[in-house]
Amino acid sequence: MSDVMTEAAGGLMLSIEDMHVYYGNIAAVKGLSLTVNHGEIVTLIGSNGAGKSTTLRTISGLLKPKKGSITFLGRPINGVAGHEIVGRGICQSPEGRRIFPRMTVEENLDLGAFLRKDKDGIASDKERVLTLFPRLQERIAQKAGTMSGGEQQMLAVGRALIGRPKLLLLDEPSMGLAPVLVDLIFDTIATIREQGTTILLVEQNALAALRIADRAYVLESGSLKLSGKASDLAKDPEVVNAYLGG
Amino acid sequence: MATAELVGPPETREHGRLTHNARWAIGFGTAAVLIFVTYHWVLPSLNANINTFVNSWLPLSVVDECMVWMICALGLNIVVGFAGLLDLGYVAFWAIGGYTAGWLISGQFYNLKIDIFGSPAAGTPGIHINFWLVLVAAAILTALMGILIGAPTLRLKSDYLALVTLGFGEIIPQFFKNGDHLGTLSGSGGFDFTHGERGITPVDPITIGPWKLGPFDLDWQFAVFAAIAAFVIFVCLRLRVGRLGRAWLAIREDELAASMMGVPLMRTKLAAYAVGAVAGGLGGVAFAEHVGGVLPDSFDFSISITLLAMVVLGGMGNVWGVMIGALVLSWINANGLKQVGSTFNSTFGTSWDFPSYNYLMFGLILVLMMLFRREGLLPESRTKLLLREPSRTDVESVGADLEGESA
Repeated sequence: MSDVMTEAAGGLMLSIEDMHVYYGNIAAVKGLSLTVNHGEIVTLIGSNGAGKSTTLRTISGLLKPKKGSITFLGRPINGVAGHEIVGRGICQSPEGRRIFPRMTVEENLDLGAFLRKDKDGIASDKERVLTLFPRLQERIAQKAGTMSGGEQQMLAVGRALIGRPKLLLLDEPSMGLAPVLVDLIFDTIATIREQGTTILLVEQNALAALRIADRAYVLESGSLKLSGKASDLAKDPEVVNAYLGG
Repeated sequence: MATAELVGPPETREHGRLTHNARWAIGFGTAAVLIFVTYHWVLPSLNANINTFVNSWLPLSVVDECMVWMICALGLNIVVGFAGLLDLGYVAFWAIGGYTAGWLISGQFYNLKIDIFGSPAAGTPGIHINFWLVLVAAAILTALMGILIGAPTLRLKSDYLALVTLGFGEIIPQFFKNGDHLGTLSGSGGFDFTHGERGITPVDPITIGPWKLGPFDLDWQFAVFAAIAAFVIFVCLRLRVGRLGRAWLAIREDELAASMMGVPLMRTKLAAYAVGAVAGGLGGVAFAEHVGGVLPDSFDFSISITLLAMVVLGGMGNVWGVMIGALVLSWINANGLKQVGSTFNSTFGTSWDFPSYNYLMFGLILVLMMLFRREGLLPESRTKLLLREPSRTDVESVGADLEGESA
């Protein structure tokens, strides 16, 4: 019953409370709290070393928070192993893409569906990903490592999508891409949300991220600096000065 | 996880033609039958000169030994080639398999008298279990030991994993060497578990149905070993294309990314370790039968290294390549170098001791391989890609995007 409540559009999906994450003695995230609701695109922006990627890695279970709680669909997930978190419905397209370079595009996509057993569902989701990124269809039998950076990024996003996540984590999807490809990737992210997947997006390209996001959190050296509606933050003089090159 | 889930549907034909694997499998089967027929029927009917020639260059006992090496190399290939985990102590599993045979088909435990379809000489005490059942027992025991050794070890990253496995490869044969006075500190009395440096001899012969193999039935021993090898090859190939094989591959490529896809790292690595260990155990039982017993000194570090050299020479990750690598190196080791040496010496009137240079030869072969054919004799297509056509780096792939636009 509680699932029906939380699955409703606009209901709370992910909430992080007072999360502290350390690399050894160095605090990377200090007391971060944030929420993501069903159907939203939420973006984390901030400069290098602000703790954005650390936050995503902690949600994915690759790092353990020293303090604080992470709750996903009403259940705590801090300390849960990485592969189990995928099973709970959180898939990540990691920073630096990390596709499997010596496997073909198709094999990469199949690995994205590693935990799924429904053959028909996987086939139709693969169809959907290939419609979303026609370039991948063209290169379906090619070894992923021989593709261009943009294509590899499409594959990383597609591979995460094929796990049919409830929450999709995207870490710097525009990194290292030519401007025209950045637009394409962001348009596709907006489409993915329209098709019903909730997205938490980490970006250095704040302008592009704020354009498609509903809400945004601005991080600075591991702490929350500002948060609010993306459209408001895009006009905020402080944000404009610091991150939008105004 | 049921095995049935791990293997995909059989795919022996593609567009009406036999697949690569099916062709190799037929090749292996044909070669095995030909070898058996040759040594069993053809050779004895030929003249003495031909017999002497064949028996000096490729005696049947060497062929049998090569099969044992092949079985073990295929097992190591699962760990190193499929899952990308460097294991320098694989000899431990070979030894455990050998000692399983020693315990279960000999007079070692002389105050027991157990005979389960065994083949003991009349009236011998000890445990005498049927050879085929011992294979199963060794498989189970080595799988358990693989998990036991792997569970604490596999949390380590590559270089440390190599070091710790090296340690286990030393410890386990040492245990067998010293396990003859368990439970005492004095070096005498206590429980004689492994019979110390004297090892456990003899083990009972292999049985095929009601029929016992005699010491000169090397051709039938070959048939049995070839059947074990065929089983191991089959398991390797099926696991390779299944879900577990894909998970191994993903871990080998990028462990972190694999875990982000939901691959359970520990469980998947342990599976590689356990399955690889089973092949080592089967090879160990076969080896014990081949030499008629187990001696702790025959399980030293050089075996782990030689097996690794076979995997690298043949082509890491490619079942058929590893098979070829194992056959080539084990032949050189067992007999080839000796024959080349004696031919060389008699031709040129020298008296060099060729076999004592075998590790020099191995080193030379590996150096030459690294210089001219790093991917191995029969490379796996993926390895070839990595070594011959490097992936684009980030910088290069960004460049490629820009190129695409200006064009």
